[in-house]
Amino acid sequence: MSHLPVLIPVTLLLSAFLIPLAGSIKRDFAFAIALVGAALAFAFTLAGLFTVITQGEIRYHLGGWAPPIGIEYVLDALSGFMATVVTLIGLVVLIYSRRSVLHEVAPRVVPLYALAMLLLAGLVGIIVTGDLFNFFVFLEISSISAYALMAIGDDRAPVAAFRYLILGSIAGSFYVLGVGFLYFSTGSLNMADVAQRLPELYQSRAVAAAAIFIFIALGLKMALFPLHLWLPDVYTYAPSAVTALIAPIMTKVAAYALIRMLLTVFQPAYLRDLLPLTSVIGWLAACGILYGSIMAIAQSDLRRMLAYSSISQIGYIGIGIGLANPLGIIGALLHILNHAFMKACLFLVAGNIRWRTGQWEIRRFAGLGRTMPWTMAGFSVAALSMVGIPPAAGFFSKWYLLLGSIDAGNWFFVAVILASSLLTAVYFFRVLEQVYATHTNEESAPMKASDPPLSMLLPTLFLGAGLLILGLFNSAIVTYILNSVAQPLQRPGS
Amino acid sequence: MSALATHYIYYMTAGLLVIGLYGMIGKKNLLKKLIGMNIFQTAIFLFFIYGAVKPGTTVPVLDIRIGMDAAAYINPLPHVLILTAIVVSVATTGVALALLISIYRRYGSLEESTILERMKQSS
Amino acid sequence: MRDELANPVVEGLSRFLVPFMQIFALYVITHGHYGPGGGFQGGVILAASMMLLRLALGEEYEHRRFSPTAATFVAATGILIYALAGLLPMAFGGRFLDYAYLPIPGLSNAELRYHGILIVESGVGMVVWGTLVTLFDHLLGRES
Repeated sequence: MSHLPVLIPVTLLLSAFLIPLAGSIKRDFAFAIALVGAALAFAFTLAGLFTVITQGEIRYHLGGWAPPIGIEYVLDALSGFMATVVTLIGLVVLIYSRRSVLHEVAPRVVPLYALAMLLLAGLVGIIVTGDLFNFFVFLEISSISAYALMAIGDDRAPVAAFRYLILGSIAGSFYVLGVGFLYFSTGSLNMADVAQRLPELYQSRAVAAAAIFIFIALGLKMALFPLHLWLPDVYTYAPSAVTALIAPIMTKVAAYALIRMLLTVFQPAYLRDLLPLTSVIGWLAACGILYGSIMAIAQSDLRRMLAYSSISQIGYIGIGIGLANPLGIIGALLHILNHAFMKACLFLVAGNIRWRTGQWEIRRFAGLGRTMPWTMAGFSVAALSMVGIPPAAGFFSKWYLLLGSIDAGNWFFVAVILASSLLTAVYFFRVLEQVYATHTNEESAPMKASDPPLSMLLPTLFLGAGLLILGLFNSAIVTYILNSVAQPLQRPGS
Repeated sequence: MSALATHYIYYMTAGLLVIGLYGMIGKKNLLKKLIGMNIFQTAIFLFFIYGAVKPGTTVPVLDIRIGMDAAAYINPLPHVLILTAIVVSVATTGVALALLISIYRRYGSLEESTILERMKQSS
Repeated sequence: MRDELANPVVEGLSRFLVPFMQIFALYVITHGHYGPGGGFQGGVILAASMMLLRLALGEEYEHRRFSPTAATFVAATGILIYALAGLLPMAFGGRFLDYAYLPIPGLSNAELRYHGILIVESGVGMVVWGTLVTLFDHLLGRES
């Protein structure tokens, strides 16, 4: 009997509450406990993923109460994969954060780490839980800690955080409303149990309402176009380590939740064929890709540009969900992994630049290529991956999405994916040109900059190198993990 | 008409939902937005509580006179869920109030237009 | 805050009320596992009694009796109790929160579950009490 599914969130939760205690003794203890907690959680998820691949899924009944009465935690290929992504990115960003946080928001270090661990616990909880209401509790744990984390930052951060709070609680409430409809229709809250009872109720309007409410809620959390309005301000005004933690994983976990609802709870037969919600998501996502890319080109602030690029990249994941065929879902999941690496890397680079020059404005970056060579090397790899140039990882997820679109015969999606690669190239090469090709006088701030200390540089480079490694080994990930996830989407007879 | 007679609570709940949503989106004062949020959440609590109602049954605490017959008691699960949702709502409201206090300290107002104006001045 | 409320009636009444509130809170916490009530509700009442004192008698005075640090400490201890009650059964062959495996000799499974919930509820009560008082202190506190 393996305890892994419950150990992952409990470790993070426990360290979140130990941090204020230890932090009141000595401020540095907060970082140490956060690091140990995140490392342990990552070890547990790796062990869990390995067990899942070799022995099949782990179902854990809390308190020994069997579902549908008790709460169940499930570690299968999908949740194991996502939990590994989240804890790995969390760990890397935590290692990076120490100096950056001390530099930017020194008096609030202890609450910041406690909240960061709470955020990770919430996100991992969303991933492993097999219970619809437990899902809501973890969703709110992660959201509430995210609101507080985002509010730590410059003068505008609380306003941005408050706006997100209002939208986020609309999302949370819609989710509960949807779960209410599901519960009163099926009489169960366990995801597997609900899935079993739903086919008889496919004609019920209450179930349709539940699906729509839940999808609006998760779309808001995922920042799916046109529900993305909260995202740019929040990413721009939070401290750079916080953005680097939130941007790569939080919206992705919402995307994971959408996939979970599609695959496990409602079943493709309902959402794809009877009530075509997935294609609505796909078309909205395609609009989001174009909108995000065009807005990103218009930005002069690096973080804002990255925020809009997030909206466009989330669109790719949305297209994969919208296609709802095996290749599409594989592409979406691979893009979740790749984009988590890319965005974390890019926001860490942004943090490094801020640490050395205090600048966010792209036009002031001239000369950084010579003075911060390693940082900018990381940036270049991530940028190439965003554009989708092999062998960087970003190419492969886009490739699967392209194949999926062709498979579905959806040529508009094909055109959007190709066009957006060009637009992405425009806004990233604009930065690269500033950094490498523009000459500047010797007195400007970038000319006095240098690469940051190793504790900040290594995580950045790790993510950059990770992108190349993921690119090389993506077929292994697809064969061993993602193929089995995408199996239920196979249309009968094809 | 019969639907109105038996399900009027659902219509009232939907009304509350709309009022709350209007408060969150339509009002320009941040505190009023928060009040709207609370109304919205309360409407959802009512929806769950009403869903648990079974006429002619009693509170879900074991009563010797009724015995172990589950059908004679109200379904306690929605109550428990809503208790949890209330905790969540309390926590969200707490964080929101803290944010509002820090916004008020920085900008001296909770009106959205005034805050935006002062934001522009400072940058 | 105190200046607006400084008034012998308010002060006397809250001094009179608080012991009853706190006893009732303890009753609600310890009663939760076999009737309506429980850690959350009891913890809220306990926190409310302390908030009342802070409002009526002034923060400076109350902080000396129950400081914000103590509130954080209570909350963290509560979560530790909860986590221990959850993790201990795992060390003895059960699952997370499976109180039937708690290592207390001489009790049947049903009794163990019965008392296990009480332990967890006490932990939850402490967490809620500590967290709400901390929240209150932070909301009213001056910019630190």
